[in-house]
Amino acid sequence: MSLFPANSGPTVRAVHDEFHGDLLEVSMGPQHPSTHGVFRMVVTLDGEQIVKLKPVFGYLHRNHEKIAENTSYLSSMPYTDRLDYLCSMTTNWAYALAVEKLSGQAVPDRAQYLRIIMAELTRLVNHSCLVGFLFNDLGTSFTPLLYAFREREKILDLFESLSGSRMMCNYQRFGGCRVDPSPEWLAAASALVDNFPRFLDEYETMLTGNEILLARTQGVGRLAAAHAINAGITGPVLRASGVDYDLRKVDGTGFYPRFEFRVPLGAHGDTYDRYMMRILEMRESVKILQQAFKTLPAGPIMDPKAKLRGFRPKAGEAYGRLESPKGELGFYLISDGSPNPWRYRVRPPSLINLTLLEEMCLGHTIADAVVILGSIDIVLGEVDR
Amino acid sequence: MSVVATDSFLERAPLLFRDWIVGHFPVALQWLVHHLLTITAILTVFGLFFAFTTIAERKLLARLQNRLGPNRSGLPWFRTLKLWGLTQPFADAIKAITKEDIVPAVADQVLHFLAPVVIVAFSLLGFAVLPFGRYLIPVELDAAILYFFAAGTATELAIFMAGWGSRNKYSLLAAMRALAQLISYELPLILSVVPVVLVTGTLSTRDIALAQGGWTWGVLPHWHVFTPWGFAGFLIFLVAALAESNRSPFDLPEAESELIAGHLTEYSGFKYALFFMAEYFGLTALSGLGITVFLGGWQAPCAFLEFIPSWLWFMGKLAGMIVFFIWIRGTLLRLRIDQLTRLAWQFLVPLALLNLGNAAFWALTSGWTGPLALARWAISAAIVIVPFFLLGRRLTAGYAPRTYRYAA
Repeated sequence: MSLFPANSGPTVRAVHDEFHGDLLEVSMGPQHPSTHGVFRMVVTLDGEQIVKLKPVFGYLHRNHEKIAENTSYLSSMPYTDRLDYLCSMTTNWAYALAVEKLSGQAVPDRAQYLRIIMAELTRLVNHSCLVGFLFNDLGTSFTPLLYAFREREKILDLFESLSGSRMMCNYQRFGGCRVDPSPEWLAAASALVDNFPRFLDEYETMLTGNEILLARTQGVGRLAAAHAINAGITGPVLRASGVDYDLRKVDGTGFYPRFEFRVPLGAHGDTYDRYMMRILEMRESVKILQQAFKTLPAGPIMDPKAKLRGFRPKAGEAYGRLESPKGELGFYLISDGSPNPWRYRVRPPSLINLTLLEEMCLGHTIADAVVILGSIDIVLGEVDR
Repeated sequence: MSVVATDSFLERAPLLFRDWIVGHFPVALQWLVHHLLTITAILTVFGLFFAFTTIAERKLLARLQNRLGPNRSGLPWFRTLKLWGLTQPFADAIKAITKEDIVPAVADQVLHFLAPVVIVAFSLLGFAVLPFGRYLIPVELDAAILYFFAAGTATELAIFMAGWGSRNKYSLLAAMRALAQLISYELPLILSVVPVVLVTGTLSTRDIALAQGGWTWGVLPHWHVFTPWGFAGFLIFLVAALAESNRSPFDLPEAESELIAGHLTEYSGFKYALFFMAEYFGLTALSGLGITVFLGGWQAPCAFLEFIPSWLWFMGKLAGMIVFFIWIRGTLLRLRIDQLTRLAWQFLVPLALLNLGNAAFWALTSGWTGPLALARWAISAAIVIVPFFLLGRRLTAGYAPRTYRYAA
């Protein structure tokens, strides 16, 4: 027998007689350091063990979809930055993708490459942040998080020098991108990407083999592949359960088929697998970026026929989706020929990945619940919209 | 205690100063003044030590985390004087005192008020029996070790009072964790010290420190940590001391990522600062005991360094221990409560018990010389190292880094 016996799955005691005492209902959030924003979990505890968990959200609801339906297509673009505020480049791109599908606009080659460069840099930002926050949930006093932030800030500096804003980039346009990076910018970005594996190696040497990390995450928050597929879970959380589903491969979004990269898959679907998926995906993103910097073509970054102001797509509907760092991010648009979309709908991966939180947490302790939540990777801007 | 005139002036200075002040008072009052002076000295020295520990912790953690830490606070009216932020603790104290003291309407008013008072009072008691120097021992008790642990354990009671009295669910969970942690770690903590009591044959901290005097060839000190059983005991003591003082990776009662601030959730202002103070007093006192029991107390590490006064050696070692604890805090992840108790009962307690037998073997074979002395070392080391690896293998059985496949 192991001293730290394998973290078991749900072992919820059904009977609660007077000998076992009462259940304790704790409302964790919306003001709580580890709910990653204004998320709230109403947990029912038996001692420290979770017997019931109800996710409550909506505290950050700001009517995103309705506002977008009352404004022009272009005006919504900066507003999509605020959905997943850690990954504005990919939310921009997903929205641009949907509009381009609706209007049938072409995108020049250089813009396609730039989009992939921005998306993969965003993936590095998101995953390094997530891993840092996960360690904070596990009880380190900020040390791994701040080292992750050091790398993140370098990439955000690049974003700022290119688009004018660190996080709210507002970079993509229908039919291309807004700003063309200079050769100096590309050289700086390329150097940063080449150095990134050093950071990952350092991080992994210090943390991945740590016995406390292994005992806290392996076997915690198991998610079976069948359940994950049924609930529509996507992204690294789904791949940690062993399902090979990456929209970059499945849809071949943009120019992704031109790049060599692999999709890591987990076997256990537990928190440790979800952590490792992020680390391995960052290594693959570095490979994509290195290829992109080598083969970036010259040329225009906007389709010359693109018309941003007074943009009126013909009546119809379109669904554009993208492998965002958190999963399948989709925009569904219905146009009636007017300057505003008649219907604007976001498929937020954060919200849909949250739906099985209770199933993952049952039978684990309250300390595990915050770690499981951290490994799902949610951003409340996207969950509540 | 009488001061030997052959000692250096610095060694005798604190006592000469005390006797000089006491001499001004009438003989009937001298005993009272004597004790009040000792209490004042402890409160001042360790109050300041606490203040500078907080700034040291913030600065050192900042350096470990690739940032600068507090570096702005200086002195009022002396704006040009740069003090590297060293006056930060005093600014913090002023802030804590001037903040509003919020007591929840549904809290148990008495318990909520008493908890911070009780915790500070009990965490200070331990200092009474620590020998801070050759002649600097506030109270010479024959059963000093027993007294120290009795006083130290009472602080957990205050944590439970705070958790229960706050009428907050996070505080309640923290209180339950604190009790589980107390029951689990008190045992290995005491068991790690018992071998020293067995070998030295005394419970008095003064005699334990004295027993570690002397050097082999003038450079190798006879501290208990340099014996196999002493080294094992010291490691067990360190782990248990971390858990007893609720420090990372055993800071479960105030796990900020799970329980917001645990038992401190409903405390604000100066009451919060008192808890903070008590945590550091407890940590300092436990480090002081560890130094006394394992690290030679106030003894110098080499004969030629004896000219440095003993109380400076003690404070130096104390600072070293505190820095070590801060380093641990900046590095490790937190355990879960079930893993925490399991670590105590299934790993530390068996090891500590074995180590007790080891110390008995050491005491019995004290007459072995020549090649037998080497055998004594080998056997003693084997008694702790072999179980350590056997139990340690069990500790991580079933957990290993994994390799991952990639989609075709």
